[in-house]
Amino acid sequence: MQAQDISVLIVDDELSVRDSLYRWFKSYGCRVETAQDAYEAMNKYKGQNWDIVLLDIKMPGMDGVELQKRLKEMNENTIRIMITAYASVDTAVQALKEGAYDYISKPINPAQLDHIIRNAIEKRRLISEAASLRQKIEDLSLPEEIIGESQGIRKILEMVAEVAKTDATVMIRGESGTGKELIARAIHANSKRRYFPIITINCGAYPEGLLESEIFGHEKGAFTGAQFTRRGKLELADKGTLFFDEIGNISMKMQMDLLRVIETKHFSRLGGEKLVTTDFRVVSATNQDLEQDVKRGKFREDLYYRLNVFTLVIPPLRERATDIPILVDYFLDKFAKTMNKPVEGFSPEALDLLIRYPWPGNVRELRNIIERAMVVVKGKRIEVSDLSLPFDHEGYSLSASSLEEAERLHIQRILNRTEWNISQAASLLGIERVTLYSKIKKYGLQK
Amino acid sequence: MSYVYISLIEPTGNHDLEGLIGEIQKVFRSETRIIKSKIDISSAYDPVRFQYDASALLLRLLEDQPPDVRAILGITEADLFVSIFEFLFGMAQLNGAGAILSTYRLKNELYGLRPDPILFAERLNKEALHELGHTFGLVHCFNPQCVMNPSTYVEQIDAKSKDLCRQCRTSLLPSFP
Repeated sequence: MQAQDISVLIVDDELSVRDSLYRWFKSYGCRVETAQDAYEAMNKYKGQNWDIVLLDIKMPGMDGVELQKRLKEMNENTIRIMITAYASVDTAVQALKEGAYDYISKPINPAQLDHIIRNAIEKRRLISEAASLRQKIEDLSLPEEIIGESQGIRKILEMVAEVAKTDATVMIRGESGTGKELIARAIHANSKRRYFPIITINCGAYPEGLLESEIFGHEKGAFTGAQFTRRGKLELADKGTLFFDEIGNISMKMQMDLLRVIETKHFSRLGGEKLVTTDFRVVSATNQDLEQDVKRGKFREDLYYRLNVFTLVIPPLRERATDIPILVDYFLDKFAKTMNKPVEGFSPEALDLLIRYPWPGNVRELRNIIERAMVVVKGKRIEVSDLSLPFDHEGYSLSASSLEEAERLHIQRILNRTEWNISQAASLLGIERVTLYSKIKKYGLQK
Repeated sequence: MSYVYISLIEPTGNHDLEGLIGEIQKVFRSETRIIKSKIDISSAYDPVRFQYDASALLLRLLEDQPPDVRAILGITEADLFVSIFEFLFGMAQLNGAGAILSTYRLKNELYGLRPDPILFAERLNKEALHELGHTFGLVHCFNPQCVMNPSTYVEQIDAKSKDLCRQCRTSLLPSFP
């Protein structure tokens, strides 16, 4: 950034002042224009980006203080410097209150003006750097595209756009694999908090003691093995978004602690006394029946209402079957590129099977099935034999069972196929291990 | 052939300008001639500010310029000002012929320090080259080592070198035949 990139408008009714300042800024190579009164200044100001405007306070007609206010309304980013021969603290304070950047009195110390130019250059550099960083953040923070044209998904996207503009707490409901985290990221990426992090806490993934430390952080020596002070996710999410995935899995004690911190935005690290303040938006997600948990006393009612200000319910894939061909094409194209395999599509039978399948693991399961098919496919088309669906091969169909029954059977078969290897089965089903355990318990499945 | 003229405007003091002449030759590829100015500076005196109007003196300097001038630099001991500025070390016409320089604020004595003729000569040379640089079309440069770096305190003059940075040297090339 050079002074040559800086533009300066000088507004003064005295010709000698305009000339001196004009020459001064010209010697820096700046682009300079002058105006003898407020009217001419406003005309020259319109439609151009000025970096610096020097305004004489005492001018016939509209004075510099009033002109400064008008110019500020037209473009807030310009550095507006007041000049006066009638230096008084009152005028200076008034001009600064009205948004002027600085105030200089005649005769001007050349060092002051030099300082102003250097500041303007720095400001220009920072503005352009900030813009480029913002662009980079926007590019990086864009979530994976949410695919679908069904009415259900369109409605969700409209709601995401609306709620993202606010700072409201959001609860995302939906079955496993419907894309709750993707929706949380979309809310964050479209919010004013997008230049700050979105921190995900998978509440089902930690034992209680560890979850507490993950969320609140800890001071050195807080417990055996805590050799260093560690900032928790609440602090990391400062000015950003905190996404609690599987919120239904947290203990009653954690519910109480969380409620307090969500309400006050203050907390202490484990083993510490100092209060830490943090500013975050809460988005949570669950596939559990929280209302039932509240009734049974497993989930605090006050926390439930605190988290459930705005609810988004993502429809399961089977309820938006019209999106399946679109998703199938999307994933095929994506994996064809990443695996560099010239696969062009599906056989009609394979596509029909994909559309008829109930997808208990939702989009995540669909994605996994297509990824696997892309690995094993030999030709240019994916055939039924490339799809590792239990459907047809193991003889149960949509019409034969209720949804719960279909899910139970599906999980049982996957578990049998993997010889009860929980990690492998969870991966095939496209759900977390902890979710699989809860489903095994729910359906009373046994080896 | 055209020359760089150094016009000594009374009061001017005694200056050893040999080093400056050599630098002008090296930087601006121009021969230098030294002349005594006939300007009576009293007409540019401002009794309210106890200073001399640099714009008025520059105009007078240009009125008396020799016909073969490439650039003319007036040097005086008088304290200069221009309109709303408190003071000036010097001023010049950007891409023009005239420049003027005051040695008044280059002396250590003004700041309560011991006289230092060597330091004074260095400051004079740097500011002379700086003002002449403007007449050759150079604008201020933010390279802290470059002689075209703007100086509003003597300490800033001391901090920079007497040379042009590479970028300013390149900018100067079209000025030469």
